[in-house]
Amino acid sequence: MSLPKDLLYSEEHEWVKKEDGKVRIGITDFAQDELGDIVFVELPEVGEEIEADEPFGSVESVKTVSELYAPISGKIVEVNEELEDSPELVNESPYESAWMIVVEPSDESEFDNLLSAEAYKEVTEED
Amino acid sequence: MGELKRTPLFPEYEKHGAKTIDFGGWDLPVQFSGIKHEHEVTRTKAGLFDVSHMGEIVVKGTKSLEFLQKMMTNDVSKLTPKRAQYTFMCYENGGTVDDLIIYMLDENDYLLVVNAANTEKDFDWLVSHNTYDSEELTLTNVSSDYVQLALQGPKAEQILQTVTNTNVEEIKFFRFENPVHFSGIDQGAIVSRTGYTGEDGFEIYIDKDYGRQLWILLLEAGKEYGLEPIGLGARDTLRFEANLPLYGQELSKDISPIEAGLGFAVKTNKENDFIGKEPLKAQKENGPSRKLVGIEMIDKGIPRTGYEVLYEDQSIGFVTSGTQSPTLGKNIGLALIDSAHTEVGTELVIQVRKRKLKAVIIEKPFLKRN
Repeated sequence: MSLPKDLLYSEEHEWVKKEDGKVRIGITDFAQDELGDIVFVELPEVGEEIEADEPFGSVESVKTVSELYAPISGKIVEVNEELEDSPELVNESPYESAWMIVVEPSDESEFDNLLSAEAYKEVTEED
Repeated sequence: MGELKRTPLFPEYEKHGAKTIDFGGWDLPVQFSGIKHEHEVTRTKAGLFDVSHMGEIVVKGTKSLEFLQKMMTNDVSKLTPKRAQYTFMCYENGGTVDDLIIYMLDENDYLLVVNAANTEKDFDWLVSHNTYDSEELTLTNVSSDYVQLALQGPKAEQILQTVTNTNVEEIKFFRFENPVHFSGIDQGAIVSRTGYTGEDGFEIYIDKDYGRQLWILLLEAGKEYGLEPIGLGARDTLRFEANLPLYGQELSKDISPIEAGLGFAVKTNKENDFIGKEPLKAQKENGPSRKLVGIEMIDKGIPRTGYEVLYEDQSIGFVTSGTQSPTLGKNIGLALIDSAHTEVGTELVIQVRKRKLKAVIIEKPFLKRN
């Protein structure tokens, strides 16, 4: 299972990458593997506000629907439109091609609630 | 939460990379290599399924036929030895206790194969209606005595033939042979031409102590034909595309077989009365107030079990099963809705979580074979 050290993680299996005052968000390798073949990704629109720990979209595998929980609060400035036609990218490239949204964070202190790669690894081992 | 039950094949799962889940109290593989791949393998080559969690109940004695005729909606008197029959047990109000297959092993000797999660309920239901004494009728839950394997797919017959001297081509649809002997296995098995995938194939019942040996034998023999082990995830998408019902979704205590479009196994004209006959007969003759239809999403989204179905802002029913069909690549579902709006081409709205998405009624079955 791949767990890049330079990313932060949430207990709900999202990753967060800081980029010049913004953050890029996707789901982890562990999450995509648990879900199996992803066939549909539902994301919000640019301009919408998301709130930490609240659902902002969903991913669907052949078998189930899973909510995506916002790891931090903020305003959406970019959405990965490619996932609409190629949801399988989430399985193939969870940390690169299958990023989901880019957010302008509204509360920097929320980063303190996120996990390091090591701490997240422990979460996945408990599951 | 008690300990999860395991079939005798549990130790084999890991060798093939299985992910297991709690399925009605059983620790079973949801997938091996991946649901979409396994689905495709079963449609184009062959798949091997461990379905040992299914329940088996033996009905024996001089009153077996009389008893089964009272309990079952199908006409059990049509069975002869080595034939199997799909049927329902229903409640007095026509709701479904279970859907099952009856194997007639011999005169006065029947094997009922029931849904895993319903085994206890079914057995209790049968026992509670047994008014005979033990010389006339015995009911035995033998579920833990058997390993059940399903070998399904266009290559199933060829693969099976490589490991037995029985001419399996001669086992026609819904017939079975017993005992069938397999190379190197000292125990015969029941082999029927039945399945739950919409493909040609077989279901095999063998003494639990020989099940693992048979699993290994079949996988080895099937290797050159592309045979792979298949999990419950693909079993569900396969049966869904073929419009085979799943108890708890298309059938339940609140859904009758007539509503589910399965009247072929409800013989309201058979000689004997059976439990649920009057309401089922009325539904057959007058048409049920709800019907199961196929739907395809027009808007982007996937219909899932339990989602509400609307017509002109009125709730008219719910989705029973739905997924993205691996074979067709379409987002399709089955829905139980008010009979007034069931014509093919009718536009409906599906409440997909917070969104209202458009769908249209399509022809069933989704997948037509041969």
